[in-house]
Amino acid sequence: MTETATIATALDRYEVVIGLEVHAQLLTRSKMFCPCPADYINAAPNENTCPVCLGLPGVLPTINQQAVDFTVRTALALHCEIPSFTKFDRKNYFYPDLPKGYQISQYDLPLSINGYLEFPVGGETVHCGVTRVHLEEDTGTMHHAGDVLQSATSSLIDLNRCGVPLMEIVGEPDLRTPEAAREYLVRLRQILTYVGVNDGNLEQGSFRCDANISLRPHGQQELGVKVEVKNMNSFRAVQRALESEIERQTGVLDAGGTLVQETRGWVEAQGRTISQRSKEQAHDYRYFPEPDLPPLRLDAAFVERVRATLPELPEARAHRFQEQYALTAYDAAVLTDTRDEADTYEALVVTGVPAKLAANWQSGDVAALANEHHLPLQHSGLGIDGLASLLRLVDAGTINGPTAKELLAELYVSGGNAEALVRDRGLAQVSDTAELSALVDTAIAANPAAAADFRAGKQQALGQLMRAVKEATGGKADMPLVNRLLRDRLSEQ
Amino acid sequence: MTARTITALAAALRDGSTTPRALLDAALAHVDRTEKDLNAYLAMTRELGEAQAEAAARMLEEHPDTASPLCGIPMALKDVLCVDGIDTTAGSKILRGFKPPYTGTAVQRLFDAGAVCVGKTNCDEFAMGSSTENSAYGPVGNPWDIERVPGGSSGGSAATVAAGSVPYSLGTDTGGSIRQPAALSGVVGFKPTYGRVSRYGLIAFASSLDQIGPFTRTVEDCALVYKAIAGHDPRDSTSDPRAVDDPLASLHSGVAGMRLGIPREYVGEGTEPGVRDAVQAAFRVLEAQGATLQEVSLPSTDVALSVYYIIAPAECSSNLARYDGVRFGVRVERPSVTDMYLQTRDAGFGNEVKRRVMLGTYALSSGYYDAYYRQAQKVRTLVSQEFETVFEAVDAIVCPTSPSVAFTMGSRDDPLSMYMCDVVTLPANLAGIPGISVPCGFVDGLPVGLQVIAPRFEDSRVLRVAHAYEQATDFHAKLSPYASTAA
Repeated sequence: MTETATIATALDRYEVVIGLEVHAQLLTRSKMFCPCPADYINAAPNENTCPVCLGLPGVLPTINQQAVDFTVRTALALHCEIPSFTKFDRKNYFYPDLPKGYQISQYDLPLSINGYLEFPVGGETVHCGVTRVHLEEDTGTMHHAGDVLQSATSSLIDLNRCGVPLMEIVGEPDLRTPEAAREYLVRLRQILTYVGVNDGNLEQGSFRCDANISLRPHGQQELGVKVEVKNMNSFRAVQRALESEIERQTGVLDAGGTLVQETRGWVEAQGRTISQRSKEQAHDYRYFPEPDLPPLRLDAAFVERVRATLPELPEARAHRFQEQYALTAYDAAVLTDTRDEADTYEALVVTGVPAKLAANWQSGDVAALANEHHLPLQHSGLGIDGLASLLRLVDAGTINGPTAKELLAELYVSGGNAEALVRDRGLAQVSDTAELSALVDTAIAANPAAAADFRAGKQQALGQLMRAVKEATGGKADMPLVNRLLRDRLSEQ
Repeated sequence: MTARTITALAAALRDGSTTPRALLDAALAHVDRTEKDLNAYLAMTRELGEAQAEAAARMLEEHPDTASPLCGIPMALKDVLCVDGIDTTAGSKILRGFKPPYTGTAVQRLFDAGAVCVGKTNCDEFAMGSSTENSAYGPVGNPWDIERVPGGSSGGSAATVAAGSVPYSLGTDTGGSIRQPAALSGVVGFKPTYGRVSRYGLIAFASSLDQIGPFTRTVEDCALVYKAIAGHDPRDSTSDPRAVDDPLASLHSGVAGMRLGIPREYVGEGTEPGVRDAVQAAFRVLEAQGATLQEVSLPSTDVALSVYYIIAPAECSSNLARYDGVRFGVRVERPSVTDMYLQTRDAGFGNEVKRRVMLGTYALSSGYYDAYYRQAQKVRTLVSQEFETVFEAVDAIVCPTSPSVAFTMGSRDDPLSMYMCDVVTLPANLAGIPGISVPCGFVDGLPVGLQVIAPRFEDSRVLRVAHAYEQATDFHAKLSPYASTAA
């Protein structure tokens, strides 16, 4: 046995080639080919089923127009071409969660082709081609009394998820590191949630990823033996699984061995992949055109109508935020991370809160509270309008920062009117120069050692004097003003 | 009484000489008397029929003028058509005990018109066959000679009309499964244009070929039933949205001035001399009615059979995957799911179904798809184009429905010779065009059928030509020995 090579040295000797396939459930109200509700999470087992999605004898599918619109919308966001002619095909295989014995999918003429995604990784821009985005239906779910179907003593089938519209996004093998693969997924999920077609939940499986990975010596044109990795249900799992595969494949190659084309499953608990199925055991899906559905013809006018529904995409929005609101690239990226976040920001700014102030508070204290309470601002007691009025008080100098922080924490949970609270509790900031100057003098007199230290060049000593003034005002002092007055007074003489 | 036509019975219901319930009872009694010879039914639906007869009687009483001509008339359904809560087996063991939780569109339209369902008729398993000998529940006797087959796959639906038990029934036609049994049983059988009648609720054999249609005693009755079931259905994406023209409006317009084509390839060496004579006599009748007959050519006819036996099994192999023992029908319990699948399907399917599933699986397999399925689709297009070319020169095609009259049970144990039964009917399925079979004579007491084929959506023209022929002859009026006792 050779020692397991580390990733870094592996990358010195081999080029890693990664391509990702993402399955994303569409946020349509009804299923792909029948009118059943597509919500399978909040339903009793097999509640949302009908003869069509149960695959009973004699039923026929009908296409969900919204699912077609959503897929085209996604494809346009990924810069894909939309061919004018597309069709559905049957993918045939037996499994108990697939009632018809075939999945209606798309084979050789998908809804869209030839797109791409660009994103920064480690300061460089990665370009990853999108081979195709096509539409299909999800399967049911199974619960085994035992580990897997073949050895289970019994298995229960829930067909609520069966027939939920599923979009498959096939990426080109353009990714070269696990980190780039992870970033591709982060970006892709961001776009899907931005265009409003998917909720991006990896844990619940509404956004799922399979990875194809192979290694080849640097400079070699021919691709190495490809391994498909499944069962990764977080971004971190994708990165770890790919790293583990690189180590394993490097080990085999370094030992002079040959890799086999196979499907492997990521086992989170063991931190490694295990073989599930070899190439020889691969299914022959016997694809053929779905005879129950006529081909779809999508004309240019339809595509343009869908394009008109596309929101501003995250990259463009971040760019605009930098320009329009004079934000740093970092702030702009944070504030456009989700469409809700960006919408909230612009809603604040539109009420007159200065752009920089809004950015600081939203990405700082508000984000922390949202995280703490698992409650986004728009659903909090405060709401966007409440935050805006609070920040206007800050901007006007009516309250100081610490007071605003305390009020924010309180109002976030319980709600209420910030202005009324400031008035009723007398929280208005003390920013009268004469009043503060007197307090500054008192503080210096009461803390002669600190004053002396500061004069001797010890900057930190100022803190004790600031605290003294702050306490004297019950925390309401305009602290930047106090700072200036203290420095002025101490530099006299 | 039940051996009369829909038109006659509709009049009798309105002049008070009978009631829906009396017709239902008469139909059920006649089935009782004949069933041990014919085995035309897989299930009787007395309870459903009684409720429908009661509702029909009310409709007739309240709205005698606007009620459909089908109101109160007993009828039967091929067992591939789903009816809510009624046993539906498709002639297969694998669906024994299966009761669909819904009713298919075409059937529902008849029920809405006041139809009274008598029962579900026997058929070849999953509609695969040309003699009804492939039913898991035993063969059907031909009412003209019970030693012989009634044709298939809709043999039970053809036989029950021929036996005079009901004035009409529904069948399905994938390669001739309505027209061929109509010919062999001496009744009218019509396969409409693909997309005219919704397939929702029809247990699929080959989705791109299947079509529902009626068996009746006369062409006029056929037009009445067709009119009731045709039209767009949002549940069937392959059903055509354009409006259906009233087939009764042009039914009596005759064939004077019409150009009719006789395909050279359809009257070949395989055609029995008696059938050829009867059909040629029919051509003369049409000429006498003022039609011009000419020979035409459909050169791809010989390969159409091969194409059909790639496309139909391919679709069937996929359509029948759902019979896996997991959710409905029969299951052979085994500890592992793979064994359960294998044993269930082995025990549940008959030989012909297994043969076609294997043929279709092979044709779609990686490495063979291009050579078989893709090539077959190309030839299918060619078959359609040849019909289009012919229909530039003629208004309709006339030809035999079947190369032979009804054959003796068990005489065609070689699958290929059975497949040859459909050689003149299946091209219409490949092209999606309408075709009808109308009685045109007898050979040694066994019926012969004349087939009329027209371009897509010219269903009314098919009915018009068939009606003109029928009105000039009286073959349709001759009753089988079983029907005579019901007359």
